[in-house]
Amino acid sequence: MPKLIPVPDELSQPFWDAVQQRKLLVQRCTACSTLQYPPKAACQECNATTLEWHETDGKGHVLEFVVLQDTHLPFRGPDQPINLAIVTLDEDPRINFFSNMPGEEPFKVPVGVAVEVMFEELTDGSLIHEWRRAQ
Amino acid sequence: MTTDMNWRRDQDGLGVWPHRGKVAIVGWGMSPVDRRWDGVSMDKTLGAYSKLAAERALEDAGLKPSDIDGLLMCPNNMAGAGSGSSASWGPARPYFDAPYDSEDGLTIVTNNWLRKYWTDLTGVQYAPDQIPDIGEGLGMAAEAVAQGKCDYALYIYTANNLEGRYRRGGASAQDHAAGPSQWNFPWGGNVIDLQLWTTVPLRQYLRKYGGEWDDLIGPMILNEHRNGMMTSWGYYTQNGASGLTVEEYADARPITWPAKIWDYDRPVNAAGAFIITSAERARDLRQKPVYIMNHNEGFLGMGRSSHITMDEYEAGMARIAKRSYDGSGLKPADIDIFNPYDGFSPFLPFSLEAFQWQGVGKGDAMAFVNGDISVEGPHPLHSGGGNLGNGRTRTAMYIDGIEQLRGTAGKRQVNVKAETAICAYAPALSSSYLVLSNQPS
Repeated sequence: MPKLIPVPDELSQPFWDAVQQRKLLVQRCTACSTLQYPPKAACQECNATTLEWHETDGKGHVLEFVVLQDTHLPFRGPDQPINLAIVTLDEDPRINFFSNMPGEEPFKVPVGVAVEVMFEELTDGSLIHEWRRAQ
Repeated sequence: MTTDMNWRRDQDGLGVWPHRGKVAIVGWGMSPVDRRWDGVSMDKTLGAYSKLAAERALEDAGLKPSDIDGLLMCPNNMAGAGSGSSASWGPARPYFDAPYDSEDGLTIVTNNWLRKYWTDLTGVQYAPDQIPDIGEGLGMAAEAVAQGKCDYALYIYTANNLEGRYRRGGASAQDHAAGPSQWNFPWGGNVIDLQLWTTVPLRQYLRKYGGEWDDLIGPMILNEHRNGMMTSWGYYTQNGASGLTVEEYADARPITWPAKIWDYDRPVNAAGAFIITSAERARDLRQKPVYIMNHNEGFLGMGRSSHITMDEYEAGMARIAKRSYDGSGLKPADIDIFNPYDGFSPFLPFSLEAFQWQGVGKGDAMAFVNGDISVEGPHPLHSGGGNLGNGRTRTAMYIDGIEQLRGTAGKRQVNVKAETAICAYAPALSSSYLVLSNQPS
């Protein structure tokens, strides 16, 4: 399943560098301890710009899912039907991630199941974060 | 002309609109609604259709082109500039002789183009550059009149569509994802397939309150198609009924399961126009005035993380509904006609419940829409047929509000009281709802 390759920018480079080390980071505000993902220039709760990176334990749960069957992203077309799930982070369930739930059959994603982060190789050899049922 | 942005009502707690009931819509007009521009019929270009729609609005109001002193020609590319051949004529195709020697007039229409092409617009003295989409644009026009920037504001809005699949070019066609899309494109998450991020919240909603997608959304879509067939200018009225049935909806081509092709509005090529003036001037014109009681603008964002959740969406919609009611001084029980935006089907149940129309609260939508929501019945939901019933013009919500309040909606005219209306091009957590009344106070 060739995912599109993310292009890091100045803000996100540390995140993607950590993914290559098989680490899942989120931002933490040093002023109010809010966790946030995707990364932003400022804390979305208190607007502080003193943000640091926090390594998560990579545990989550499946919130919900849909199935892509006629995607507007032609590069993903041949892989359809594709599960597209939303996974919440156990450390802070307000944080969520997209996932194609590798290992699950299309249309059969177990909503509510515990998942753990894993890392998939993309066509350029880089890694991207994904989620699978907790082992 | 530099655009003054101080007209926007895009905050909570603004109270009643100071110009409530002092400004009125006095005319509307639509061009024909084509599936696409065929590339050869120069009388059917977006520019030609913009002029035609405006001329029809002027006739409706009993005005002349020279009466217009405020021109708000929205120059936006609804199909999404840079998103493929359906949205832009060039560079893949050669332009024509003037006035069609650029995108202007073909896939967008600007104030400048229209004034060169339509030389009868001799009275325009207010013509700002930045004109927003119709949801905010009508509010801008209302404020322009209320603040004395012009006496008669003409707002024109275009929907463009050419050959090619809609919004599948440009950044979507790349094998990489840069900028904000690096957080969703790799997994296949994109704003169109996920219906501006509302497919997932609606799945959550159904899991929480029970029921199936088809049973909640199907009745609403069928109702809209029915109402669209009672709209003289609508796409299906002009081009042939969709013939959509319960069975066909259930078996329709899937896009993002459980959403199907009919859950997404049909792109079209068309233009719509509206004329706004003061309540005082409106009384001397041809039609019964439809007073603007409130307008709001702004966007409450799409959640704090990768994807908005149902709780976040419902909380946002509640704020938006409160802005509308506080700004107009009305309550849910006061609203007779309800035409929320329906470009993507999940918008409907969420806005219905947030605005508590006809007393519908959280979790009530399923039972409500499976009752009688026809225009003839006691709960005429979305009497205009919206985008889903008329094509992606984003004008049906407003035109129906105007017609219902005038009493000129023909076969669509509701049998219940029709003195107030809420109308919107307000996708997802957009706050741009318009409140109308056929009474100024």
